Parts: sequence; C-alpha cells; structure tokens
Amino acid sequence: MNNYIYTDSLRLQELVYGLKIKEVMTRDIFTLPLRAKMKEAKQILKKNHITGLPVVENSRVLGMISMNDVINALEKGSMEEPVTEWMSRDVQVLSEDMSLSFAFSAFNKYPYRRFPVVDKENRITGIITFRNINLALINKLSSQLNELEHSSGENIAAERISGFTKVYTIRQYDFENGGKASAEIKKILKEKKLPDTVVRRAAVACYELEINLAAHSIGGMLGIDINSRRIKISSSDLGPGIENVDKAMEAGFSTASEWIRSMGFGAGMGLPNVKKVSDKFNIHSESGVGTMVRSVIYINNQ
Amino acid sequence: MIRLNDLKEINGITILNKVNTGKTVTGAYTSDLLSDVMANAEEGSVLITIQAHLNTIAVASLCGLPGIIFCSGRNASSEVINAAEKEGIVLFSSRYNQFKTSMIIGKMLEN
Repeated sequence: MNNYIYTDSLRLQELVYGLKIKEVMTRDIFTLPLRAKMKEAKQILKKNHITGLPVVENSRVLGMISMNDVINALEKGSMEEPVTEWMSRDVQVLSEDMSLSFAFSAFNKYPYRRFPVVDKENRITGIITFRNINLALINKLSSQLNELEHSSGENIAAERISGFTKVYTIRQYDFENGGKASAEIKKILKEKKLPDTVVRRAAVACYELEINLAAHSIGGMLGIDINSRRIKISSSDLGPGIENVDKAMEAGFSTASEWIRSMGFGAGMGLPNVKKVSDKFNIHSESGVGTMVRSVIYINNQ
Repeated sequence: MIRLNDLKEINGITILNKVNTGKTVTGAYTSDLLSDVMANAEEGSVLITIQAHLNTIAVASLCGLPGIIFCSGRNASSEVINAAEKEGIVLFSSRYNQFKTSMIIGKMLEN
C-alpha cells in the first residue's frame, strides 16, 4: 500500500530544521526612530508596500507599528502623534541563529504576520515573514529534487539542451489567474511538437495541481521541468498539509468549501486525476507543514 | 458534420463573440464540474455547462474545446468574453438548461 507516498529522504520537516532564520530573513529593512510620527509610518508603509515596521532605538526593537495601527490613528485624526503612542510594545522577536522551525511555531502561536529578527546582542538584523519562509523552502526543495533525480540517474545533463525549467508562484484563492501557468506550459509543449496525448496529460496534471494550490494551500509553487524523455511537474506548498493522504487520493473525497465547489471544483477528482495521467506519481504531505506532489509523464512511452 | 457557426442558428441560443466560428464540432460534453471536463471531455467537443467564469475558459483551452454553451440564460462577463477571444474559443448563451441544450446539440450531431 501507499506506493505513491514518498519514502526517500525528501522531508519537509528536515528542511525546516536544517535552515536558520538568518538564511531566510529579509536583511534590507525599514525601521522607524522613536521620535517618528504616525504620518511618517504611513508614508513608509504605503511607499514600500509593506504592512509592518519595527520602532527602533540604538538597534533595539521597542515596538511594532502595523497597518492596523496606522488605520486606527487615521480614524482618530492622530497622524501627528509620535509612533510611541500607537505602537504595540508587546513585541515578539526571533533570534537569527534559531532554526526555521522556531519561526514556524511562532507564526502558529502568535497572531503576527512578521517578526523582527535579532542577533546575540539583541540588535535588530532583519525581519521574517511567511513569504521569506515560502521562498527559501521552495528553493531548497527544488535543489533537493534535482539531487534526487541526479542520484537516481534519471537526469542526464545533455538532455537538458532542449529542455525547459520554470517555476510559477500560485497564490491562495487566486482563481482569476487559475490556469495561466498550465496554459503557458501547454503552449510550450505544443511548440515542442510533443504527441497530443502527452500534451493533454501534462495539461491535466498541471491544471489540477494549480487549482489545488489556489483552493487548498496558503499558496505555493508549481514547477515544470522538461527534457527529451519526460515532463516533470512538481507542486509544493507550505500548508496547511493534508491530514489523511490516503483519503485525499480517494476519488470523491474533498475538503473543499462551498465556494470552491460552486466554481466547479472540489469534487474530489483533482489528485486522482493527476495520478491517472501520470506515469510516476508521488505525494508527500504533513499536516501543519505542507504538501509536495510530483508527477512525471514520459514522452516516448505511449 | 456541424460547425460552430451552425449553433447560432438555433432558436434560443445566442452567440457571444465571433472568433473561429468556422471550426468543426466533433462532439459535445455536458458537465458543471471542471475536473470532470478536464478528465473526460474529448478534443473538438463543445462544452455545455452553467459555469460561466474564467476557469471554464482555461479548462476549455487546455482540453482543446472550440466552443462553450452557457446554459439557463447565463451570460458571460466581458472579462470572460475577452479571455475566450484570446484563446480562440466561441461562447454561446442558451436559454435552455443543460439537458435541453444537450438534446438539441445531440440531434444536430446525429444528423
């Protein structure tokens, strides 16, 4: 049983423990001095499209100003007041040498969407958001996947000459763009003059995985890697993970919301469809961590 | 053999955009479940559905469906129409429900 469940070394959790916060965080950050006014906080947030700012003195984090604080101050007409009147002083910081797993639990434990990161002397060195984690893990995952392939002898460098690799970011609930990545992939495959059945199967796998990312995950990545022998489609996300993978593979089982169902999805056909069109299919998921799916379709194997 | 052009002659079915109307229709598939369409619709078929949104266009394009008939009088937003035009997919709106629409198309395909 469970022949589609990953048994090799690719473990999301290991990645989460193996990376340090400082490898992942944003170092180039905006901060506010203690004497700054709320209107300055507003300007910085707006101009740089960010949603939170640490208030800092002598590299120490004394508070955080969020978009919400700015809105509240705006409503009360208090934009001339100093940020110290409005900032939250109850700031949770993370240490840069902690493993990424600490950041994970902090995001689960606290309602904040960003944490200032400090060094051993408690000086601010960066900020970490979920986006940082997402990008870092995806990078790590794709390099591990490549290594895995390499070690299994599946990938010969020369084959990549006519190959193609691309990673698409898929956002949660973004059905408006649903199918864009798949459409592009289909176009590329058609241009390569691959057999229609191969193109169709790859399109089905791509589309279902793309919709799954939008409907069920907090957002993730869809990767495509083509060489002369096979098309590999991999999807990875960072949550919430599938509680029961066996159930998710059953045709007709779905956890989709009414809204997703009303769009014509969520009938429990997605993953079974992907498996059906794949020559090789792996899924690895951990509740609270994330899900990875890999579909391989051979080109000359019809 | 019927062409997309022929569908607009049917009483109760209106055409919503005019691209590639000369394309042949080789069959039809009726479903409101896009994953089902994805898995089972044959290339060249016209899709009969009530799902009048962007994802329907995406699925039709991926499956090589040249036309879509939105049933029960559903209309398409300009966004949907634009997307369909870009993909070269002809859209129709049918006054009838999916069953009745399927019967009409079925008869045409038989002849």
